[in-house]
Amino acid sequence: MNTPNTLPYPQGNAFYSTLRKRYLTATIWQSLFLGSLLIAIIVLMALIYNVIDGAFGYIAYEYKNSPSEFTATAPNELTKEELLVILKDNLSRGAYNKLDEEQTMETRSQSDLLNLFFERLVRLDTKQTWSMTESLSKGAEIQAEVAEKYPDAVLEFRSWLTPQFLTAPMSSRAEFAGVRTAVLGSLWLVGIAIAFALPIGTGAAIYLQEYAPKNWFTSIVQTNINNLAGVPSIVYGMLGLAVFVRVMESFTSGAMFGVTDSNGRTILSAGLTMGILVLPLIIINAQEAIKAVPDSLRQAAFGVGATRWQTIWHHVLPNALPGIMTGSILALSRALGETAPLIVVGASTFISLDPDGPFSKFTALPIQIYQWTTRAQSEFHAIAASAIIVLLILLLTLNATAILLRNRFQRRW
Amino acid sequence: MENTNYAIETNNLSIHYGNFTAVKGVNMKVERQKITAIIGPSGCGKSTLLRAFNRMNDFVPSCHVTGELLLDNQNLYGKNVDPVEVRRKIGMVFQKPNPFPKSIYENIAWGARINGFKGKMDELVEQSLRSAALWDEVKDKLQQSAYALSGGQQQRLCIARTIAIQPEIILMDEPASALDPISTLRIEELMQELKKNYTILIVTHNMQQAARASDYTAMMMIDDQRAGGVIEFDDTKAIFTRPKDKRTEDYVTGRFG
Ligand SMILES: Nc1ncnc2c1ncn2[C@@H]1O[C@H](COP(=O)(O)OP(=O)(O)OP(=O)(O)O)[C@@H](O)[C@H]1O
Ligand SMILES: [Mg+2]
Repeated sequence: MNTPNTLPYPQGNAFYSTLRKRYLTATIWQSLFLGSLLIAIIVLMALIYNVIDGAFGYIAYEYKNSPSEFTATAPNELTKEELLVILKDNLSRGAYNKLDEEQTMETRSQSDLLNLFFERLVRLDTKQTWSMTESLSKGAEIQAEVAEKYPDAVLEFRSWLTPQFLTAPMSSRAEFAGVRTAVLGSLWLVGIAIAFALPIGTGAAIYLQEYAPKNWFTSIVQTNINNLAGVPSIVYGMLGLAVFVRVMESFTSGAMFGVTDSNGRTILSAGLTMGILVLPLIIINAQEAIKAVPDSLRQAAFGVGATRWQTIWHHVLPNALPGIMTGSILALSRALGETAPLIVVGASTFISLDPDGPFSKFTALPIQIYQWTTRAQSEFHAIAASAIIVLLILLLTLNATAILLRNRFQRRW
Repeated sequence: MENTNYAIETNNLSIHYGNFTAVKGVNMKVERQKITAIIGPSGCGKSTLLRAFNRMNDFVPSCHVTGELLLDNQNLYGKNVDPVEVRRKIGMVFQKPNPFPKSIYENIAWGARINGFKGKMDELVEQSLRSAALWDEVKDKLQQSAYALSGGQQQRLCIARTIAIQPEIILMDEPASALDPISTLRIEELMQELKKNYTILIVTHNMQQAARASDYTAMMMIDDQRAGGVIEFDDTKAIFTRPKDKRTEDYVTGRFG
């Protein structure tokens, strides 16, 4: 028998003292992890606060012309027809025709026309805006300041994020600008990018995982794919400019299909550029998903006389699908948020026309946000903040849709 | 071609992983409609040899085979042989139950469907499950997940899945190693039943199982290069009562190592 002194493990009090030390170490690490989580939460909260802070707040504005100069009824009660007449009568011929060219006046909605009424005729003039925090904490001071500086001005607490903001097209006046064109542009972009990158990326991943022999060539290809995922997005923009906008112009401008009024800077070029940008991301995620399908499943399929293709199609892919979808969710988020490549490929900075097909000129939400934040007037910063909220909501909605789709495919057995 | 008594013959069959020879110079004749057991210590190449019989080793990139493996006088490693066809004729039940993540019904129907089965699927499913002695336990839940079955039931489902494609030979790699004694016995009974129609090759670590259930036994052992080989191949009775090789005697009586 061993005496207590010669036992290789600590006993009694010695054991409890080492145990205490072990618990102490564990506690220290645990609090470090908690600290990291808290920092992450604080950063996220700060980000959200910063955005919301900009999107709501006081606005002081004046009317250059009184609405009563144009109509006896309250502007909000004017019908579409009445508004059309007022606009036609009071706008210069040139201005009216230009608007008509952008979108036929008769096809515009009442709220669009009302907007034009305020924008072009009444000419609302913003004097100053305040952030949400300022508005809430220094309301009285702001009122006093406005009363003194702009005696004629109206002071209002305004949410810059309104239904109108979502549905209105682009405008050079922040008060009337909306993100409809940009949201549609972003949806087109993401749609084209995913439609292009998901099948190709999944196909490449299947080939690499299931068919390609393991040799120096495939390992070079693999390393390159991994590195491509980290290449700055501007590089993809330059590639897109060279290949899609220039070399493939007759295809991307639609000239090949009889579209005459456009050049290569179309939504198609931008979508394909985004597709290439997210391709490595999709390939890598799909590869991981395919790798995670257990070999025993493949053996089971081969064991009953399946060909490789049957094994892949009936077993490997369905089981990898949730993982592949996760990859496309990541890709989607990335494509929605990227700005630099779009600028290079030639997103329009001012466009009030909705994209109506792959060969349209386009703008996208991040471009719009970038544009607005570079403007000097504070009301543009307010709509930039609102557009960021729209972008975040769009991102959440698209991701939620993708997750729902994934869960539908993911039939658990 | 004349109908020999042998389902499968090997002719100086060796299996290599890269430069390493895992199995060397195997010559054995597997009789039709009999159960042949392969026994031997861990790592001696039993699974490697068994997988060679239906070309499952094709999926190990470093693995290559020399010598001949004859099925109806045709070398399964010959130039014009399609491995898919080989696996169609020689089914396999794996050591760990590996049903498809699908319904019980689909587990059996899938193999039949991809092989172009034209008969009545419901009948095939029932018949295969009956042959695998599983029908009574699952007949009311054919559309439920195969994963919800117990390990022993899953293994029998895998056997049913193999029977359903009507192979000529069934390979089993320690089919009962993860099972309790009752499930093990059921699988042994099942093998006796299957033997009427099929040739069975089984790898087992369980000496009693080999002695009880098999007609022939191949004893494998590694040599000083760590290459496995069949050192004795005989009637099961002979192997267990009067082995010719001292090493076999030591192994089957538990004096090995
Ligand atoms: N995929 C592989 N790549 C390289 N070597 C392998 C591979 N599979 C098996 N081996 C080697 O081949 C030899 C035989 O392995 P095998 O799996 O056939 O043994 P076994 O007799 O089935 O053992 P056990 O009874 O433990 O299952 C071992 O030395 C093993 O390391
Ligand atoms: Mg083994």
